[in-house]
Amino acid sequence: MNTLVTWLQPWEPSLPVFAACALAVSLYAIGMMRGATPGFWPALSYFAGVALIYAVTQTHYDYYSQYLFSAHRLQHLVLHHLGPFLIALAMPATVLATALPARVRAWPRGPAAPLFGALRRVYRILQQPFIAGVLFVGVIYFWLTPEIHFDAMLSIDLYWFMNWTMLLDGLLFWWLIFERNDQAVTPRLSPGRRILLLALIMPPQIALGAYITFSGQNLFEIYDVCGRAFPIDPLLDQQIGGLITWIPAAMMSVMAAIIVLAFRLQGRDSDA
Amino acid sequence: MPEHSVGRWIRPVLVLALALVLGACGGSGYQTKGIEGLLPDLAFRLTSETGEPLTAEDLRGAPTVVFFGFTHCPDVCPTAMARIAAATEAAGEDLDGDLQVLFVSVDPGRDTPQRLADYTDFFSDRVTGATASVEQLRELTKRYRATFGYGEPNEFGDYNVSHSSAMYVFDARGQARALFRPSDSVTAMAADLRRIAEG
Repeated sequence: MNTLVTWLQPWEPSLPVFAACALAVSLYAIGMMRGATPGFWPALSYFAGVALIYAVTQTHYDYYSQYLFSAHRLQHLVLHHLGPFLIALAMPATVLATALPARVRAWPRGPAAPLFGALRRVYRILQQPFIAGVLFVGVIYFWLTPEIHFDAMLSIDLYWFMNWTMLLDGLLFWWLIFERNDQAVTPRLSPGRRILLLALIMPPQIALGAYITFSGQNLFEIYDVCGRAFPIDPLLDQQIGGLITWIPAAMMSVMAAIIVLAFRLQGRDSDA
Repeated sequence: MPEHSVGRWIRPVLVLALALVLGACGGSGYQTKGIEGLLPDLAFRLTSETGEPLTAEDLRGAPTVVFFGFTHCPDVCPTAMARIAAATEAAGEDLDGDLQVLFVSVDPGRDTPQRLADYTDFFSDRVTGATASVEQLRELTKRYRATFGYGEPNEFGDYNVSHSSAMYVFDARGQARALFRPSDSVTAMAADLRRIAEG
């Protein structure tokens, strides 16, 4: 029992993360209570995505993320790939919008319309496939640059900044991949372009993961400097971390491509 | 396509902006790793090697190098202590003020004040040993983004301890200034100690 309580306690409590997760869950629940019917699987996918993001940041797991390279890589796999993937797959926009009072929903057409217009333009630029792909791979490379990684793991503020950039970029990217609404603000790519984009982000991730895995030298000194969660061979820790960057990350592209194809086939069936 | 030309400049701009944000931290001009603004001020409550309570206020007035280790440590700690003893010796020659080293044991189960005193005396007069309960040590190491862990004991009851290999340098006012890594040379450490001691 004690162990469970210890595990559920955040190692480094973060109000923004806690509030964002609470807001995500309650808005979706209110939306469902107000009559939105996302269906069982989308709801499960959405809640699982939020729960995973919460689990890797606001439980004792975060301790391991801070003091083991491999655990850190798994945390980023959830923050950048798996969590946002599940949330975007659920396409929760309609349910979340149902939860909002009519007054709030009218904001984009109210006095703040120019602000929303500007936000929409920035969003659409970020969601251009080329930019989205470069950003997706870019944030992984950026935070894994040894000197930058060192500072990010040393300063608690930079640590949270890094995790937020991973999460937000993950949401942007997977949203672009799974968007199915014609009227949405997100550019609606053809299935072929989505699959091409998914294929193009794979090689750089594989290359980086393989480079880390096969590197004979300790690339991320910060874990020796700060101490590891338990005594483990630094190179073994690095190799596991490299494999996580390499294989499951690339696998997510394949899974997403299969889902995009399935949606395409489903769309054809319903057209017929 | 227009979006491609946008993509070409947006990424360098973004990377540059983030690099500037990061570059602003840490401070420049250090031969080791500058950590200004990255870590909080020195604050702790420990039991010193004389058995007396020791707080950060007791160490104000002179730069302090903090190291987390344990006296049964076979390699990392003796090497680190020999290096910092040499660096403080080299830096101290031209300095009027003092330089002090705090060796914080993260193995309070085995490191008694007496054992700590014997250990630190071996390296230099500038080195003071201190320890605390495991919970207090967790709080302290967490503050400096460090950790420690214990391995499984062998048949003789000996166990390994994973700990930080860094030395944290605070100035006379207790502000975090530099981090000495195992890869930093004694010359670089001495140069930065002199710089921090001079203001």
